[in-house]
Amino acid sequence: MTEQGDRRSPVSVRFRVNGREVDVDVEPRLTLADCLRHYLRLTGTHVGCEHGVCGACTILLDGAAVRSCLMLAVQAEGAEVVTVEGLSNDADLTPLQKSFRKHHALQCGFCTPGMITTAHALLSEEPDCDAARVREVLSGNLCRCTGYIPIVEAVLEARAAYRPKTQAGDRGGDRA
Amino acid sequence: MKLPPFDYACPTTLPEAVQLLASHDGEAKALAGGQSLVPMLAFRLAQPALLVDLRKLADLRGIRISENGVALGAMVRWREIEDDERLDAAHPLLKAAIAHVAHYQVRNRGTVGGSLAHGDPAAEMPGIAMTCDAEIAVVGKSGARVIQAADFFQGALTTALTPDEIIVEVRLPIWPARRRWGFEEFARRRGDFAMAAAAVFYDESEDGKARNAHVGVIGVADRPLRLASVEDVLNERTINEATIAEAETAACAAVDPQDDIHASAAYRRALVGTMVERALKRAAA
Repeated sequence: MTEQGDRRSPVSVRFRVNGREVDVDVEPRLTLADCLRHYLRLTGTHVGCEHGVCGACTILLDGAAVRSCLMLAVQAEGAEVVTVEGLSNDADLTPLQKSFRKHHALQCGFCTPGMITTAHALLSEEPDCDAARVREVLSGNLCRCTGYIPIVEAVLEARAAYRPKTQAGDRGGDRA
Repeated sequence: MKLPPFDYACPTTLPEAVQLLASHDGEAKALAGGQSLVPMLAFRLAQPALLVDLRKLADLRGIRISENGVALGAMVRWREIEDDERLDAAHPLLKAAIAHVAHYQVRNRGTVGGSLAHGDPAAEMPGIAMTCDAEIAVVGKSGARVIQAADFFQGALTTALTPDEIIVEVRLPIWPARRRWGFEEFARRRGDFAMAAAAVFYDESEDGKARNAHVGVIGVADRPLRLASVEDVLNERTINEATIAEAETAACAAVDPQDDIHASAAYRRALVGTMVERALKRAAA
């Protein structure tokens, strides 16, 4: 099983990304973040610190927000992965994206994929969360531009789109 | 920050996992949630020949609550503890402590067994295990054994586990309904490693005196500590402002923190006292 030298035999891994079945041959040491970016060309997932501090690489793994730099691609076998690309569509901005634009919740945009995926996971489970909860959850995502206040405002405003339609009225609709 | 090369195995049974770990002369490591091990790999502080992924081992899953207490499977993730409403009564101290573990995304992946095996001196789960006299059930090539928390943590990132051993579960003794408790942690930013934290609990006798006091602290030594001298201050006493002040003084005297880049030894010593004071005030309230 073990080879000499730096390279190890690739392992075949199958999982779903944004609704599409993928099958990649990867070295065991490849992180899921690098697999998404370099093997699947899904470069929306950003890689900042590469050791689980900055949150830019956050993706959804079976619905839960996780850091893709702290996972091996081989650990994703059989999983349902959603990246920031899977939370957008070509037709229009989603309510969460619109809210980020309206509140100037990004400047350079490097942290934004992690903010969007994390906020989406939070709002999908807790559409009635308060500002304190938003701050607590986003504490795992670093932003060096905005000072966070516009991001928190954007997430709070987007809550309406995640509530059942009877409550949210015509703002329900497409949440990607 | 790319990981060193290693082989990977994902066994489906516990004996198979033990066999894999035992067959690599100490060069194999178990992979649970990866929230501590993967950063160690990224920094190349760990360079194992083989990673043995525990995610398919059903024996390591689940939270069991019985008249004996709370048993947490090694692969229980922090998120499961946060979401388990039974624990509000069955072990409120555990639940309060786990709320301080890292961040939202990390709590979705990180595991009880991974944290114990990693043995970070500032981590919450080892602190709770120490404070609560937990038993850690492990299995290795020479069979199963149970290790007391007090014997398990042997230094920074050093535990009693042998290279072929896997944690199966951690058992926290039964938690009486009327027990008084508090957990206080201080970090510069939400989710950072604790600069210091204190977990305290005691039971009250009918005359209002504290019995069975347990005081544990993290972040101030090379492993989580129990502070027996602080417990002695509390036992058979009424917990009021005066006894809490005495306990605070005793806590400062009981620890011997070192200077590091985050804080001076004097600051940490004072902080431990404050954490113990606040936790006791919360317990007595």
